[in-house]
Amino acid sequence: MTSQPSPRPETSGTPTSAAAGTRLDPWLDAYADRTHGMRASEIRALFAVANRPEVVSLAGGMPFLDGLPLDSLAQVAAQVVAQRGLQALQYGSGQGDETLREQILEVMALEGISAHPDDVVVTTGSQQALDLVTRVFINPGDVVVAEAPSYVGALGVFRAYQADVVHVPIDEHGLIPAALEETLTSLAAAGRQTKFLYTVPNFHNPAGVSVSLERRPQIVEIARRHGVLVLEDNPYGLLGFDRDPWPALRSYDEDGVIYLGSFSKTFAPGYRVGWAVAPHAVREKLVLASESAILCPSNASQIAISSYLSTCDWRSQVKSYRELYRERRDAMVGALAEHLPEASWTVPDGGFYTWVRLPEGLDAKDMLPRAVTARVAYVPGTAFYFDGTGRDHMRLSFCYPTPERIREGVRRLASVVSAERELVEMFGTGTTDEPADDVVAPAPDVL
Amino acid sequence: MTSSSAPAPSALTPLVPGSSAAPRVALLAGGLSHERDVSIRSGRRVAEALRSAGVEVSLHDVDADLVPALTELAPDLVWPLLHGASGEDGSVRDVVQLLGLRLLGTGPRASRVAWSKPIAKTVVSRAGIVTPEFVTLPQSLFRELGAGRVLDAIVGRLGLPVVVKPSRGGSALGVSVVRSADELPRAMVECFAYGGTALIERAVDGVEVAVSVVDLGDGPVALPPIEIVTDGPYDYDARYNPGRVEYFAPARLAPETRAAVEDVAITAHRALGLARLSRADLIIDEDGVVHFLEVNVTPGMTETSLLPQAAEAAGHNLGALYRALVEASLAAEPTGLAGVGAL
Repeated sequence: MTSQPSPRPETSGTPTSAAAGTRLDPWLDAYADRTHGMRASEIRALFAVANRPEVVSLAGGMPFLDGLPLDSLAQVAAQVVAQRGLQALQYGSGQGDETLREQILEVMALEGISAHPDDVVVTTGSQQALDLVTRVFINPGDVVVAEAPSYVGALGVFRAYQADVVHVPIDEHGLIPAALEETLTSLAAAGRQTKFLYTVPNFHNPAGVSVSLERRPQIVEIARRHGVLVLEDNPYGLLGFDRDPWPALRSYDEDGVIYLGSFSKTFAPGYRVGWAVAPHAVREKLVLASESAILCPSNASQIAISSYLSTCDWRSQVKSYRELYRERRDAMVGALAEHLPEASWTVPDGGFYTWVRLPEGLDAKDMLPRAVTARVAYVPGTAFYFDGTGRDHMRLSFCYPTPERIREGVRRLASVVSAERELVEMFGTGTTDEPADDVVAPAPDVL
Repeated sequence: MTSSSAPAPSALTPLVPGSSAAPRVALLAGGLSHERDVSIRSGRRVAEALRSAGVEVSLHDVDADLVPALTELAPDLVWPLLHGASGEDGSVRDVVQLLGLRLLGTGPRASRVAWSKPIAKTVVSRAGIVTPEFVTLPQSLFRELGAGRVLDAIVGRLGLPVVVKPSRGGSALGVSVVRSADELPRAMVECFAYGGTALIERAVDGVEVAVSVVDLGDGPVALPPIEIVTDGPYDYDARYNPGRVEYFAPARLAPETRAAVEDVAITAHRALGLARLSRADLIIDEDGVVHFLEVNVTPGMTETSLLPQAAEAAGHNLGALYRALVEASLAAEPTGLAGVGAL
């Protein structure tokens, strides 16, 4: 049924019932303003088929875990319960397990970060750290500056705290310093307070690019000069294919950068362990905010990860992930070159994603149902812009499917693009400037 | 033609007179259609309600495991709660019957007819039901004849506004209300993303109602009509997020208007050869004329869906009603293929 809104017409006779209608939720008027954007959407519903084996999903961001040494991990888990069970199953410190915090320093040292265990706050995935930082800094209407495009999960947090996100363009070398300078200057001139710059400097989600070595100190300096904090989100930094990790932004300015790290991509997301490293006063607030949200991160998860780091060769595991994802990246860009030469895409040198620009006039959001019918899924670009623009782009993930499946997925995608092009040319429609009103991405368990 | 509301089923009757065994029902939900998510939610709600009424329920996706699972389980009844594609086009129902199992609901042939909106509109109009003037056109025809010329002809004939929708499919996916000619090309592109054939029909302004029909063994009867009041299109967002739609159950209709919409729903149910349950989506125009839009052989059963709302408005306990549908299906003669007399 389709609605044709109109004034209620007079029907013959007298209504038999003047009873009030129902909106099926007695608490509608009780929700906070920030809740109104949390809605089921048509696009999200389309992702429901992505986990079916018939569908090649290039949509989700689930890491490929099949290479994990499960037997060793089982022994670690058994030892955790047998030897430290009373601690693992008990409440723990709000800031996180001290031993793990020391080990996190070793991980971060690979990216040039030097810190004290007291500077680290362990969180339930770095997603919770994002939430805590936003909670601590953002009043409704405050500005967050973020890359265009930007990580959809961060945009969701910013939206929930009623921030206003202003995007800054990027190119193949990441965030453009001149554009950042211009944006911060014009925001200040307009009397708007920018609370922080949110950036994913390594193997960006969704764009796949990294901020160049040359630009890193420039970006930190621009932010410092404008009195704007930097929120550096770095889940993929160790997953470079052809190079060692580059220095974190945090390594250039300990007082002006909050760094977020995670074990979800380099080890396993199921433990839900991430962390934040923040200037000491900020860190105190993050700990208090975290305690009010969750009391403490999971002791069992932290101790399991701590045991893994101390007893398993985690560096080799990261290396094997890098090789595995490089093979998949090669399959992805090779298939794109073969089947979709009319599109353009980034060639990531690490991480999980490539960012594809569709041929002129195509709309990735409108095209998704056709793709699902053709048994291939992706995330439309609209998910990665706060204002719902980005219809001409799509994010393709190469982290989970095998190289063969990636090639098959791109082949299917090419036929979808071809059919959609014919349709768009036939009707003379192009990409609309109209922002998407349902800015969504797949649920975390979508492949 | 009766248009009385269905009475609430009385005490649960046993599966077979003299037997106390709980009926075993296999629910099919999920599938690979665009409405997979809705179907899964429908399946869970019906499973929960049936279990509360003492029915033994198993829930199955439509995948490579289905045929072996149904063969091994040999359930008393299979109830497809699949929305879209193979779930409603009759094909999964064909397979259920091939396996020698009994179906709850409409058989494959009639499903195939009802699933196609233009064919269903043609069938019900032959039965005297009013339906908005429409045209059904495949994408290929626009290519052959030139899209601009065909669109001009559509607007010339049907006027504006028109509703553009995929000729098959539900949950308002790919549906647009077009109020000016320059919106039409984009609506066509959105529609063809969901399927190769578009139905374009004259938009009717009026009161939207949905009438669910159930048949508990004594012929189809209407549940109270539900009136749908929205502040925008009754699209996917409006359907599955409480808040944008105000439902009136029963609809605020004069007795003769209510009788008329119930009559249309039952007439459509019969004309299309539907069985056990259906839902007709209708609009009452300013002159009180009831227009048929489409019918659903697998009405949504989610927490925001219309058939469960109508059942509750009629005083039914959902578990008891669903069990009564199960028992009526088991008590009926196996029908094989449901007939479609009008064709």
